[in-house]
Amino acid sequence: MRLLTHNMLSCNIKGVANGFPLRLEAEKWVEKEVELNADFLRHIFPKIEWKALAGAARAVGYCELPEEADAAMLDSEDFLRRFHHALLEIHVEEGALVCPETGRGFPITKGIPNMLLHEDEV
Amino acid sequence: MVEFGTHQHMWGPRRVTKLLGGIPVLRFPGSFDRSYPARSFPRGDAGHPAASALPEPSCRPVSSDVPISEALLMKVSRTAQIGLVSCHPEVYEPCDDSFALVDALLADREHLIEHRPRLCMELGCGSGYVISSLAIMLGELGCGVNYFATDINPDAAQVTRETLEAHGLHAEVISTDIASGLQKRLAGMIDVVVVNPPYVPTPEEEVGCKGITASWAGGENGRTVIDRIFPVADELLSEKGWLYMVTLTANNPTQVCRMMKEKGYASRIIVQRSTEEESLHVIKFWRDGVIANSAEGSDSWLSQFPFKSFWRSSGTSA
Repeated sequence: MRLLTHNMLSCNIKGVANGFPLRLEAEKWVEKEVELNADFLRHIFPKIEWKALAGAARAVGYCELPEEADAAMLDSEDFLRRFHHALLEIHVEEGALVCPETGRGFPITKGIPNMLLHEDEV
Repeated sequence: MVEFGTHQHMWGPRRVTKLLGGIPVLRFPGSFDRSYPARSFPRGDAGHPAASALPEPSCRPVSSDVPISEALLMKVSRTAQIGLVSCHPEVYEPCDDSFALVDALLADREHLIEHRPRLCMELGCGSGYVISSLAIMLGELGCGVNYFATDINPDAAQVTRETLEAHGLHAEVISTDIASGLQKRLAGMIDVVVVNPPYVPTPEEEVGCKGITASWAGGENGRTVIDRIFPVADELLSEKGWLYMVTLTANNPTQVCRMMKEKGYASRIIVQRSTEEESLHVIKFWRDGVIANSAEGSDSWLSQFPFKSFWRSSGTSA
């Protein structure tokens, strides 16, 4: 699971109002180099919740993202490189995503988050 | 003999089709034309509006003494290879419906490339054959496209990951019901959604069962899950987004198109395919008023059904 996906996932339990961002508890992660595509990064930037991305990156030991970011930063190659690395090159293999409201944990196994709910949560 | 990654050479001994309800069908590599005549594909007639755009069916039987044409090799490289598709007893293997969907995407490939999608998503990815094929055929767009794939069956999610890895591809795979947990944040962001839903008419209680049953059990008229998918796809699709969905005649695709029209979607049948078991349509939907591609213009969905017999079963239910 890339941090892109972490940024797009929220708790889906019925009645939960503040299910984003899920707290990332990473036990195992890997880094895989991917070609940087500035066009994709510029397109996705406005949709990214920056604080959630920076927080998730810190959870896997990557602290090179600024606390805040705005679109003007996309002109900086250095910023793009860090954004790209955090968003697309870090893969969480094992761990959990924890709902900030209920504390319910969603396991991440072999890189796949499991968002399936129990009957009483739907 | 040249080992060649076409579907028909790589069949495992056990196959399951949705309509047979998971009853294993014995197939023998290279001999399915005899053992299973339903897999020769009538291509519709020349009057089919999309007929000229259709590629050769990707699962056409090829015997080893037929010279491998360059065109066929090109096409093989544009889809996932059956030999690299991972499997699991509880995961639906690529079958006629999967091939119909991939052929529809192939038929529309040029348009897809021009479309320049940034995010693509498969809902119900099963073995991963379709999302892998899509990623391969959009390969020239490189890292400008990212993929998501979901399945309610955790075994399928795992198998999809393995299939992607075997092809050297990546998609973000999530175990979830349709797009639960993703659809809020991904709303309006997905440029291409592909779905091969559980479309087989079954008793309602089979819908959403654990394991492989979830891949075919479609409830009344096979529409229970399909009707849940449409609002999700509508939410996920970007303004220029396209949805490709497999349907069965029993699902009443004319009524499906009419229902989507009311939601503001135009539609077009990209592939129509009949086997002895089932008559499949792969339908493409896009928001009306947004030009889907230059060839399509504003064709009425009504004019796209070439077969009168098709209408008899579709009725006029609203």
